[in-house]
Amino acid sequence: MSKKDLEIIIATDCGSTTTKAILIEKKGDTYRQTFRGEAPTTVEAPFEDVTKGVLNSITEVEELSGRKILDGERIITPNSGNVGADIYVSTSSAGGGLQMMVAGAVKAMTGESAQRCALGAGAIVMDVLASNDGRADHEKIERIRQLRPDMMLLSGGTDGGTITHVVELAQFLKAADPKPRLGASYKLPVIYAGNNKAHDQIKEILGDRTALIITENLRPTLEKENLMPARHKIHDIFLEHVMQQAPGYPRLMKMVGAPIMPTPAAVGTMTEKFAKANKFNVLAVDIGGATTDVFSVFSEVFNRTVSANLGMSYSISNVMAEAGLANILRWLPFDIDEQDLRNRLKNKMIRPTTIPQTVEDLQIEHAVAREALRLAFDQHKALAVGLKGVQQERSISDAFDQTASGASLINVMRLDYVIGSGGILAHSPRRTQSMLMMIDAYQPEGVTRMAVDSIFMMPHLGVLAQISEKAALDVFYNDCLVRLGTCLAPKGLAKEGQLVMEWEVTGSDGSRQAGELRFGDIIHVPFAAPKARLVARPVKGFDMGAGSGSRVEADIEGGVVGLVLDGRGRPFCLSKDPSKRRDDMNKWYKAMGMYPV
Amino acid sequence: MAHAYTPGLKVMPCTLLKKKRLLPIPGTVLAVLGQQVGSLDIVAQTELPGKVFSVNVANRLSVGPDEIRNFMVKKEGEAVKRGDTIAENKPFLKWFKTVVEAPVDGTVEAISLITGQVLLREPPKVLPIKAYVKGTVVEVTPSFGVTIEAEGTFIQGIFGVGGETNGEIAVAVSSPDEDLTPEDIKENHKGKIVIGGKHASLTTIKRAIELGVNAIVVGGIHDRDLRQLLGYDIGVAVTGTEQLGVTVIVTEGFGAIPMAEYTFKLLSSRNGEKASVSGATQIRAGVMRPEIIVPGYPKNVTECKKDQGRGWIEPGDPIRIIREPHFGVIGTVKSLPPELTMIGSESHARVLEVTLDGGEVIVVPRANIEVLEK
Repeated sequence: MSKKDLEIIIATDCGSTTTKAILIEKKGDTYRQTFRGEAPTTVEAPFEDVTKGVLNSITEVEELSGRKILDGERIITPNSGNVGADIYVSTSSAGGGLQMMVAGAVKAMTGESAQRCALGAGAIVMDVLASNDGRADHEKIERIRQLRPDMMLLSGGTDGGTITHVVELAQFLKAADPKPRLGASYKLPVIYAGNNKAHDQIKEILGDRTALIITENLRPTLEKENLMPARHKIHDIFLEHVMQQAPGYPRLMKMVGAPIMPTPAAVGTMTEKFAKANKFNVLAVDIGGATTDVFSVFSEVFNRTVSANLGMSYSISNVMAEAGLANILRWLPFDIDEQDLRNRLKNKMIRPTTIPQTVEDLQIEHAVAREALRLAFDQHKALAVGLKGVQQERSISDAFDQTASGASLINVMRLDYVIGSGGILAHSPRRTQSMLMMIDAYQPEGVTRMAVDSIFMMPHLGVLAQISEKAALDVFYNDCLVRLGTCLAPKGLAKEGQLVMEWEVTGSDGSRQAGELRFGDIIHVPFAAPKARLVARPVKGFDMGAGSGSRVEADIEGGVVGLVLDGRGRPFCLSKDPSKRRDDMNKWYKAMGMYPV
Repeated sequence: MAHAYTPGLKVMPCTLLKKKRLLPIPGTVLAVLGQQVGSLDIVAQTELPGKVFSVNVANRLSVGPDEIRNFMVKKEGEAVKRGDTIAENKPFLKWFKTVVEAPVDGTVEAISLITGQVLLREPPKVLPIKAYVKGTVVEVTPSFGVTIEAEGTFIQGIFGVGGETNGEIAVAVSSPDEDLTPEDIKENHKGKIVIGGKHASLTTIKRAIELGVNAIVVGGIHDRDLRQLLGYDIGVAVTGTEQLGVTVIVTEGFGAIPMAEYTFKLLSSRNGEKASVSGATQIRAGVMRPEIIVPGYPKNVTECKKDQGRGWIEPGDPIRIIREPHFGVIGTVKSLPPELTMIGSESHARVLEVTLDGGEVIVVPRANIEVLEK
């Protein structure tokens, strides 16, 4: 079937607990998401067949839409009248997702490249082994043996360079004789994407012990990263080996009209398509109960990281352990006993499905969420970097601007769009809460548009984008994104109450708003127009993206929140005096209309 | 009648339990089908391959990696003792002689002419699996282990630390809302499972470790005490491997929370009897809670029910609230309104009405309660 014939699309995302189905229909020239259904995922006993949950979620869509999609356990294709769909696509993260271990010769060079490669393919990276990772050899071997990944990515050395380190890693791997997580009788798939001169040795060492796949070097020279061939191999093996072992997946693979993608890979695809279509630098985050995924596209370079133990329920206590109690307390507009807060967070960890009933409890969860988002973003910034180990030519003037190789690609002044998803951002009682949580965690500078994916449709759309980019983008703009609005945050510091910026916004509907922003204030301006023109005149010492004191004109978006003018300065510092800090918090929360009074 | 699904912890006077006791890698199953086993009997065992150590022979002898073959004294597969010479050079003057010794007992696993490294593997370690509960072997999984069936009292806690252990149940307090103090732990509690009331402090737990108590079961502990006990903050609830010298099981949660009366009475009814306990907790998909198993019936029970948990709630059910602002409060379900209701945080959630002991009726999200056994 040609792409232009697609009129009715059914898509599912099989998550670890819930399988979500959406129906997409072509209305005139535009694709719209019309109905959705969900059902518990059925990967575990007693069902042990993922397709049961898929069929249940599609049945719910059938009931809601009145469209007959299933004929028994088969999806009716193509669509005709009120029966069938033209294509069915699916993503999956059920059963723990794709778990990988990666290895590279030098931790900061091929080790990091291998990590970026696996993360970009949608994997959870269980560990990064490297010749110089500080562990004794026997510890590395022990580690390989303990972890049971779905597959392993081995890299190391530039093409034609020394083979010693990568051969050593292969020998450790052989000595450890690791077994795959699923199907103990199968050989562990190992992708070799290292020095091409070592192919023979690697085959000799690992050929009979593992299911070895050799592909192009992911770091052929120090100056070049070539992640796509290895990423494609990861996807192939995900489909051929890992999925085949998971309960019901061989059947699911027969049902779909396009290859199943790991959920994070699909979200990454959608983020990239959106960034490319608008020429935006984009940051997307999905904060769940156990993990937080961060995706970014900066200067057309895509990166993904997953912070495996930063989340709002199962991992809430780990957020406290990593951030420190003081960092959580700083976001609270009231005083709370440390022991009480500790016990509350631990009680959420052991009973992860409970929900905050009081405003105070909600504010505690929002405080934790800011820290989880911030920590996951810090981890992302550390990995989303330029290539390390690259020689740079420096002129005399550069000597005063010592940026090392491997500087982070993430620059919050150049960030155009932030998309948040996951329960705490998508289902906050007030949208202003989602927006301020993201502003506090990421501290964007200049002009930054913000949105939430309220029902986490990005996975479905990412896998659909493989078939029809138009359908995916149509639904993304019209049904997936809930536009919150735009944050305007001048970079600089001043005394409280001092004027930092004059601003004026004219909406596409002709509405006009203008005002002044003073240091230490937040101004919330409800503004719903989808498109608007901003003129900002920061004072000297404050930067909105064009340099200190320079006027900025930009296209911005209104939304369900509107405009948030953040005059708290960058770098953002909270008062060290607890009572002043609490007063500030109360003032800002009041300005945003964050919580019921 | 209106009812809602709710998960709950199992607290059963008697139930039929099945425990899988499996090795992580294939080995030998020692128990046979139909065999009666005691909790400490070994039912299966295997040999874990030894650790691998590398020795950089090329560096130590200052030769190229491809030359080390000429200097090796031991060959691949050969056994070595710690201190044995595995490689040496042969200089004209013996003062210049360099000897490379084995750092561990084991065998030569591999000699690499590319890296110049020699890998030595330690001898395998025996890994035994105990029966853990007294019962009958009802299934044998060849090469991996057995499934044991037993009838007994089964109580799940909400959180625990420390692994599997056994011992006699010793109730050390007179009511479920009493603290378990250091003075309550006596020398004759050595090797036993001590049952407390609402709270055990760090001092109490340390006293229990000192006196060799095998496990403590209480309503609550403070997170700050747990941190001091472990030396680190627990980030994700995956426990069971801690080596504290005692297993701690919390039945209600963090804080000072009286143990549910039903649980306390049930444990008291088995005072003096042998129990198997495990602190292992995993709160992820496929959740695992700490447990106390006492084989056999309590005196007042004559038959073993298959499963008492019906998995939903109805008006009249006793429940406990498990989140602020009423954390730990016990009441009775009055009604289950079907529609979404706005709660104090402004979220819309499914709720229930609860009648408290004094007759007051409050509204609580359904997600924030646990059903108590009648």
